[in-house]
Amino acid sequence: MTLDDTVHTAEATGGKYVGRSIPRVDGPGKTTGQARFAAEHSYPDLAYAALVYATIARGRILAIETSEAQAVDGVVAVLTHKNAPRMKPAGNLSPFDISSIAISTSVNYLATDEVHWNGQPIAVVVAETPEVANYAASLVTTSYEQWGAKVDFASEVPNAVPDKGIPFMTGKADKGNALGALATAPFTVDLEFSTPQYNHNALEPHATTAVWNGDKLTVHEGTQSLTGVQGQLAKRFGVPKDNVRVLSPFVGGGFGGKARPWAGTLLAVLAARATGRPIRLALTREGVYHTVGGRTASIQRVALGAGTDGRLASIVHTSVSRTGRVGGMPERITEVSHEMYAAPNIHLQQSSVKLDLVSNTFMRAPGEAIGSFGLESAIDELAWEIGMDPIELRMINEPDRGPVSGKVFTHRKLRDAYALGAERFGWKEREPRAGAMRDGRWLVGMGVATAHHTAMQLTASVAIRLNADGTVVVRCAMQEMGMGAPTVQTQVTADELGVPLESVRVEYGDTDLPWGSPAFGSVQTASVTSAVLAACTKLKQAVLILAQRQADSRLKGRKLAELKAHDGGLYSGAKGHKYTDILAAAGREHVDVAYKPNIPAFLARTVRDVGWRPKAATGAQFCEVRVDADTGEVRISRWMGVFDVGTVLNARTAESQLRGGIIMGIGMALSEHTIIDHRTGRIVNPNLSEYHVPVHADVPHIDVHFLNEPEPHSPLGLLGLGEIGVTGVPAAIANAIRHATGKRVVDLPITLDKVL
Amino acid sequence: MKPFTYVKPPDFESAIPAGAAPRTKYLGGGTNLVDLMREGIELPDHVVDITGLPLDAIEELPNGGLRIGALVRNSTLAADPRIRSRYRVLSEAMLSGASGQLRNMATVGGNLLQRTRCPYFYDTTAACNKRRPGSGCDALEGYNRNCAVLGVSDSCIAAHPSDMCVALAALEAVIHVNGPAGVRRIEIADLHLLPGDTPDLENSLVPGDLITAVELPPPLGARSTYRKVRDRSSYAFALVSVAAALQVEDHKVTEVRLGLGGVGAKPWRAREAERLLLGGPADESAYRRAAEAELAPARVHADNAFKVRLAEATIVAVLRELSLAGVNR
Repeated sequence: MTLDDTVHTAEATGGKYVGRSIPRVDGPGKTTGQARFAAEHSYPDLAYAALVYATIARGRILAIETSEAQAVDGVVAVLTHKNAPRMKPAGNLSPFDISSIAISTSVNYLATDEVHWNGQPIAVVVAETPEVANYAASLVTTSYEQWGAKVDFASEVPNAVPDKGIPFMTGKADKGNALGALATAPFTVDLEFSTPQYNHNALEPHATTAVWNGDKLTVHEGTQSLTGVQGQLAKRFGVPKDNVRVLSPFVGGGFGGKARPWAGTLLAVLAARATGRPIRLALTREGVYHTVGGRTASIQRVALGAGTDGRLASIVHTSVSRTGRVGGMPERITEVSHEMYAAPNIHLQQSSVKLDLVSNTFMRAPGEAIGSFGLESAIDELAWEIGMDPIELRMINEPDRGPVSGKVFTHRKLRDAYALGAERFGWKEREPRAGAMRDGRWLVGMGVATAHHTAMQLTASVAIRLNADGTVVVRCAMQEMGMGAPTVQTQVTADELGVPLESVRVEYGDTDLPWGSPAFGSVQTASVTSAVLAACTKLKQAVLILAQRQADSRLKGRKLAELKAHDGGLYSGAKGHKYTDILAAAGREHVDVAYKPNIPAFLARTVRDVGWRPKAATGAQFCEVRVDADTGEVRISRWMGVFDVGTVLNARTAESQLRGGIIMGIGMALSEHTIIDHRTGRIVNPNLSEYHVPVHADVPHIDVHFLNEPEPHSPLGLLGLGEIGVTGVPAAIANAIRHATGKRVVDLPITLDKVL
Repeated sequence: MKPFTYVKPPDFESAIPAGAAPRTKYLGGGTNLVDLMREGIELPDHVVDITGLPLDAIEELPNGGLRIGALVRNSTLAADPRIRSRYRVLSEAMLSGASGQLRNMATVGGNLLQRTRCPYFYDTTAACNKRRPGSGCDALEGYNRNCAVLGVSDSCIAAHPSDMCVALAALEAVIHVNGPAGVRRIEIADLHLLPGDTPDLENSLVPGDLITAVELPPPLGARSTYRKVRDRSSYAFALVSVAAALQVEDHKVTEVRLGLGGVGAKPWRAREAERLLLGGPADESAYRRAAEAELAPARVHADNAFKVRLAEATIVAVLRELSLAGVNR
């Protein structure tokens, strides 16, 4: 099978299941408790591990006192840098080694007395029960030699260093003379924005169950990247990759926080090796904050210059993010300004600082979640400056090709999204003046912002078995963390093969299956769908050949392209055979095919597409806020998102993901904030009591609409939608607050003291 | 969690001597104590479970007041028709606290002794004079957005977290205690202590003292309400809260009670504001003057200066709402 751009098939686009709101296939298992997560697997002789965390930001351990912990009844072992077996080094992150993306930090836990952040694990206590492990961990005492540490983002910003960028991820862009054009533009805005660190707070805290059998390792782990965990563990523990089996059939939310294996995973495996016991290490919520990175804090400058007609003359977008000194990547905050508005002069520059904090990491729509807050707030402020409707200003500046790249968009439907959204939301009811809409004690405001997420696609391998009874098993080591992955692949397969939904079973979440795409970057569905489509074609071809071997075949001389798959078989018009008949006639129990992508061809196509064919999911976010006139409390009263995500495979699961993204954006805008003590680098609010994710009462009814037009170059015309939901949300809220109160808030989260 | 002994005595005769032993805690609903034990902040050697004691009744008193048993659950109290109709401020305060699940467990007695949510009190690696006397206060120069501005000291700026206590302060509740020295009554204003140099001493109870009931005086003539201002709609501690009762006749304030939460080192009775309001005009400028006078002694730190303005604005808003509301209760 060669890689072809035309990956639509008649069966799929006109199929029975794709596009319908099919309930999740894993729903009953999850609602009845049958689905078992990483911390719910039991083994004979299972022991429990708890971590001890450093309490300084930088320095070295002078002494670590474990005797009191050792003495607790039920303690199996206390592992520190003094007695733990050594892991191999993490290696370096490299854009040319895809498996290196799994490196979360370079710290070799328990192989060093050095402390790199406040909260770094420095010991592991293993005990017969989790309660004993936790209690004994609290008895470990440590003395340190403290070194100078940089932990305060705001005070390091002046020392930021421009990002070099890596292939396809530039740190800067320049077109024309943006600063010059800014100076002469009739209308300008020039704003500085700040956003704090955020943490993912998945419902399921990170947990690992690890079992060694000789030099073979089995790990139950909630992960967004089975192959990443497998590769990292093989490398760190010096065993062949095939010796490591990672099982992750259910993931209780990831949002980027489970894209890489973090300390808990490595230390569970280390503790299992050291003690010879199966180990379960379930992090506390606080433990997750200490050991798993979050979204970088940021500073942005967005300056826009426009003519009297509203046309942009200049876009200046610069940013500062932070990494950890021991890991993490600079965030691509200005990415969104590469694609959003037409302007003859553009200057984009990303910079970053290194801090003595746990590495930053991916969090839902890295770069664009933050960058769209700056850009979409600034464009709104420019609309106020000019005295123009903010949607009209956006439409005037809607580009017909990439503003920086100059490449033609394959698919750009923002005009349609705004038109539909404005109509359904009732945008014309919006009083143009600020502070002019009121409902009792509440000032009412309406705001919009554009959602944007660059679409990427990786690839995957898939095996399919067609059984003699007509049932189908699809096997792919993909991940399910609530987005509906097995459900949509069941739909795609059923349509492609023309069999009932109930006949298809998808196996996933296990490295023993053919390797699949990771579930990050909104890539999984497109990546796996392309492989499932290819595998289904292979399967039908194999079945057709079997059929044609029969003397009385009604499909003699037919090519697959002339046939349709429906009613559980292959047909040319009314002539054809059921799969069950073909297999019975051939005396076959089953037919197996495996699709493996041609990696060099895939990479070549990806490189070509990145430069030639910018693809993105886009959307228009509409919100209405109410601001208490006395106290500045902000409540969201209505939300509507209209999205162009290409073909929607399953409206139920797609809406759910987008709604979840919008809720995450509401938290980002109004209440979430990881507070880091500026003296010690210690996280002040490592818990759900004081890190304020939205509660139900903060979330209004959210309307989600799809344009549902296929993207011409994607499998089935779909664009990944896992991340776009959060983009634009904080800006839409800030813009609505600006409308309600006349105040432009540029610092997230928009707590009431900034509105008061 | 540190190991401890556990007993569940059937009567006061066995409960109080057990509770008077060193390093002993009474356990009610456990919503605060167990949490603090898990975090290694409370480290009792002995836990005396008092939920076997007969303290879960709400009784009418001859004077028209109510006697609320210390083990009445927060959700039960909030839903009681007598509380809802006669002490609306208390019902609203209870319902604004915690979550439904926590209110189902938490007791009235435990709520009175709820400990601060200052993040440095909760982090055992931080300096905190309340948790470890003499260790210092990391909140003074650290993150102090949630800390108090009234009644604070150089040793401690922690805010009292309770909603219920703010309403009880406004209602002038009386706390019934049974202890090694027998039974006694404590005015709510005298139950909680200001931090001063000893922020670890939070109340006037002595070892073995067991809160048995809260007595509410007869209902006020004034209409009352509770307003809680916070960072999200539910399940967050107050940045500022106001418990208020106001009666207006002929445009004059004839009865007023004001309690403040989120701003005080203890549940704050706004006596200065009440003094200025009583007998004066029931108008917005008078409300504002009274609010400013109450907040005048505020001591703010880097992150919590906004609480002064927020408290003033909320007091004014609540008094305005009460004065505009139709029938007085």
